Amino acid sequence: MTTCTACGADVSLHDDLEAGEIVDCTTCGVELEVIETAPPVLDRAPELEEDWGE
Amino acid sequence: MAGGTSTAATTDADDTTAVTETAAAKTVTASVVGASGFAGGELLRLLAGHPHFDLQQATSRQHAGKSIGSTHPPLRGTELRYTEPTALESVDVLFAATPHGVSMGRIDEFFDAADTVVDLSADFRLDTAAQYDEWYDGHDAPAYLERAEYALPELNRENLPGADLIASGGCNATATILGLYPLFEHGILGGETGATDGDGAGEPGGDEQIVVDVKVGSSEGGAGGGAASSHAERSGVVRPYAPTGHRHEAEIEQWLDTSVAFTCHAVDMVRGASATSHVFPDAPVSEGDLWTAYRECYEDEPFVRLAAGGSGVYRYPEPKAVAGTNVAEVGFELDPSNGRVVVFSAIDNVMKGSAGQAVHAANIALGFAETAGLDFAGLHPVGSP
Repeated sequence: MTTCTACGADVSLHDDLEAGEIVDCTTCGVELEVIETAPPVLDRAPELEEDWGE
Repeated sequence: MAGGTSTAATTDADDTTAVTETAAAKTVTASVVGASGFAGGELLRLLAGHPHFDLQQATSRQHAGKSIGSTHPPLRGTELRYTEPTALESVDVLFAATPHGVSMGRIDEFFDAADTVVDLSADFRLDTAAQYDEWYDGHDAPAYLERAEYALPELNRENLPGADLIASGGCNATATILGLYPLFEHGILGGETGATDGDGAGEPGGDEQIVVDVKVGSSEGGAGGGAASSHAERSGVVRPYAPTGHRHEAEIEQWLDTSVAFTCHAVDMVRGASATSHVFPDAPVSEGDLWTAYRECYEDEPFVRLAAGGSGVYRYPEPKAVAGTNVAEVGFELDPSNGRVVVFSAIDNVMKGSAGQAVHAANIALGFAETAGLDFAGLHPVGSP
């Protein structure tokens, strides 16, 4: 268990976590990249930007 | 009788299953007045599948004698037929899905027939006759206003157990209030709200600048229709209506204790109300502050989901994601360049904005599990909701 860097909610993680893996927060939905595994460190994953007519 | 279940009610959103064995096993009788409309049809659908309600009667002057499936196709095959509105039989709970002004004129008759009345119109949502003078066309039964409990369970849950007159909140007000409420509750806007102590009282006192734009589907206009509702006229519109002075402002002011600049647009969808609120907090606010406010208000709510810029296609609330459900989606985004917080909230106007909310409130009032009969998660993908 660790904390979402976006919303602060608890994020449950599986046991065989790997660096670089992408997980998502079930509270806010943001994608998080696993930076370190022991202890787990997450950071917001880079996103593909969409251009909705901008 | 229905009111006798009140002592079994839970008042804790964290414990929606904490009902007594008596309430959990109980079945009460229920009827729907004004059942041929869209909200009435949703009530019939929900009550027909509800574990604790035994549907007795559906009234419609226009369709008396016809089966309820004749107007509501999901209920085809159901034996229940419409009866005249004047032939009310005794039941535990009466749901009224009649146009504004009808319930206030028939409320004594309703209570002659039932112990608990759940009204989906605006007739008992406001606290005082003076508010009805200001926002509507007065009130025929003001003595009942103090007795009524407003049914936006997320704000008034503690006063619903045992309530015998329940006023289900308006669709546009529900979407707007749910979006803005955490900002007031956590002091990001204003101060104490009427909502925090559940009394719904107080004059609009906030000096916040709040601009609310709500996009609504055609079902908000009811099943009756008119020239503006024909397919040729309604299709494809982004049509401002009630650009100022919308009556739901009264509910918003009552529960947030502030005034809002409120405008609606009719857009090309059947179900749904999508509120976008622009606010400018006096003090700087961070994304973390906003998440704390929204999570603490809603993380234990069974019918509120947060969606605020996460991943995937549906990053913010929109009606498609909640169509057919009693769920409200709420989210926000912070504009650091000017301090604006833009708040989004989306509901199915016929469900969370009407029939679903009414059943949710009745569940609380009668001591049933809050989610009883309402745990449908929705469909994906769907077309225009």
